[in-house]
Amino acid sequence: MSEQAKHGEHQHHITPPVVYVVIFLTLLAFTALTVGASFIEMGVWNPVIAIAIGCVKATLVVLFFMGVKYSTKLTKLTVGAGIFTFLTLISMTLADYISRAWGQW
Amino acid sequence: MPDSHTIVHGGSEVDHHEHPAYLRHHFESVEQQADTANFAMWLFLLTEVMFFGGLFTAYLIYRNWYYPAFVAASHQLNIFWGTANTAVLISSSFTMAMGVWCAETRRKSGLVLCLVLTFLLGLIFLGIKTIEYSEKIEKHHVPGFHYSLQSFLDPDSDAAAKAAGDKPLPLDMARRTEVYFSLYFVMTGMHALHMIIGIAILGFMIFRAWAGAYTAGHVTFVENFGLYWHFVDIIWIFLFPLLYLISRHQ
Repeated sequence: MSEQAKHGEHQHHITPPVVYVVIFLTLLAFTALTVGASFIEMGVWNPVIAIAIGCVKATLVVLFFMGVKYSTKLTKLTVGAGIFTFLTLISMTLADYISRAWGQW
Repeated sequence: MPDSHTIVHGGSEVDHHEHPAYLRHHFESVEQQADTANFAMWLFLLTEVMFFGGLFTAYLIYRNWYYPAFVAASHQLNIFWGTANTAVLISSSFTMAMGVWCAETRRKSGLVLCLVLTFLLGLIFLGIKTIEYSEKIEKHHVPGFHYSLQSFLDPDSDAAAKAAGDKPLPLDMARRTEVYFSLYFVMTGMHALHMIIGIAILGFMIFRAWAGAYTAGHVTFVENFGLYWHFVDIIWIFLFPLLYLISRHQ
């Protein structure tokens, strides 16, 4: 019962608008950055940088707009497990394709 | 007999403590109910991650497989509209986040305004997508019987291909541009479908918010819809570089 009482005391977190404004402007800045970077010739690094910037933007959205930073441990674990499972599946699939003879099938 | 009578009524009035009408009886507290809804929404979003993840994986594999075709085909996308749509969608995520804040702090007119802005930005996104799609239709870049290879066999005849400095592709590789456009239409189309569903739900929410449904303490619906809307934003955050940006220089 004491645990439930403690749980009940846990107040619902309200993210202040200033955080949303800062994240919004940061996301717009990263969008400009990724478009600008695509105009610079970097060979193999172009996709790497574009996807890295995408990951940073997505992380900001998940943590602040979606409020995972302030959510319960259960939600954090769920999100983490989901991302881990997705990365496992995509890397195993790509590893399978990369380790075959290209164009041979 | 008197015993069963006591059991039927027993305690139900004694235990019936004060709580808001929206707290369901199988939850201990409003907080537990909100956490449960948040958890469930994330489980749904994870199924969406797997769904779009399959499409992204297919895109990555085919891009490696038919690389010259994917490079040439991606030069057909308009980077200006892509960037504009990214800004529109990020803005709509911002107005949605502000809507959640308005609901949490019980600002009714603020919430209605935020939802209307999100609704309008969603429509602007789809409008820009329509401009892009109609360009593809005019150039016969929609996969199917009327698909045209002209932009890829004779790049000098196509303004976008010429500007990118494309070399003519051999016929078998030029045909693979259809794979790029298939993935382009499936991925952006599924994303647009999510936008259309979101906009429909937003329309419903605007009327409910107007009636004061979300500014009396029960904000779960607005918060969970916000999660959905931000998720759709995240999909675009990855679609934009993968489809528009990464093949500019090859």
